Amino acid sequence: MYFDSVHAALAMEGHGPFVWAAYVITLAVLAAMLTAPARRARRLRRELAGNFKRNAGRGGGANEVGNASGT
Amino acid sequence: MWSFFHKLGSPPWLYGIAGSILRWLLPLTLLALIAGASWGLLFTPPDFRQGNSYRIIYIHVPAAVVALAGYYVMALAGAVSLIWKMKMADVAMKACAPVGAALTFIALVTGAIWGKPTWGTWWVWDARITSMLILLFLYLGVIALYEAYDNKAAAAKACAVLSLVGTVNIPIIYKSVDWWYSLHQPASIKFTGGSTIDPSMLYPLMLMIASFYALFTCCLLLNMRVEILRREARTNWVRKLVGA
Repeated sequence: MYFDSVHAALAMEGHGPFVWAAYVITLAVLAAMLTAPARRARRLRRELAGNFKRNAGRGGGANEVGNASGT
Repeated sequence: MWSFFHKLGSPPWLYGIAGSILRWLLPLTLLALIAGASWGLLFTPPDFRQGNSYRIIYIHVPAAVVALAGYYVMALAGAVSLIWKMKMADVAMKACAPVGAALTFIALVTGAIWGKPTWGTWWVWDARITSMLILLFLYLGVIALYEAYDNKAAAAKACAVLSLVGTVNIPIIYKSVDWWYSLHQPASIKFTGGSTIDPSMLYPLMLMIASFYALFTCCLLLNMRVEILRREARTNWVRKLVGA
């Protein structure tokens, strides 16, 4: 490791707040990019299963797809 | 070869293959991102001129590079959708836009944070930064345009045209640091001629660029799977899939 201590790694000779802030913001955006579609897919699958079951007696499909895809 | 293209047009096949790819690509991508970021943050030496602030390069450059490449992917999908009316190309185009917008946002924000200790300012209306901001608006424009239409076929057509027109901006972004006087430094990595970056800094950067490409692919496939499911909501294969 280039830095001697955790404190030195966090401080980065005065540039630490800038560097770590950039990485934390990036991490937050990347996490949102990956979790948002997974969450939407789960919600959509639940909604579709419900619709299929409701319409099963009427011989229809999942006709009422809501806004679960975020569209 | 042709049967592969036929398969690409099949929603259940594409949904399945995207899931199979994600099962191994997603963990691999996360591992590569953690390794590349740790390498760049903690193990590389500081830059002789910029000090430690240059470590932002390991997220700023990959985000910017992939945001630009992602726009070409979106425009290409738009062209395929326009020319061959391939619905899965339309799905890919729609799935690209939020991923590209997020990566452009990362490039702009990390660039601003890097700018403060390096140039003494968060923001400057220079050619590279302004053209990147236009890229963000183009991505957001495609998202907004798609939502503005009730008729999704018309929406796909309008978005494809916007994507294709917007490709004009990409070479401008690439060449902006050469064409105009700019605070932004010129490219450090060159495919032709020597790169001006030390190998100890270059290798983690290459790993991060590869990781961001993989991340783009993962997010694209995740978004495509959701969109396919939504469009195919009335079909039997989706009925079986959701276990109804």
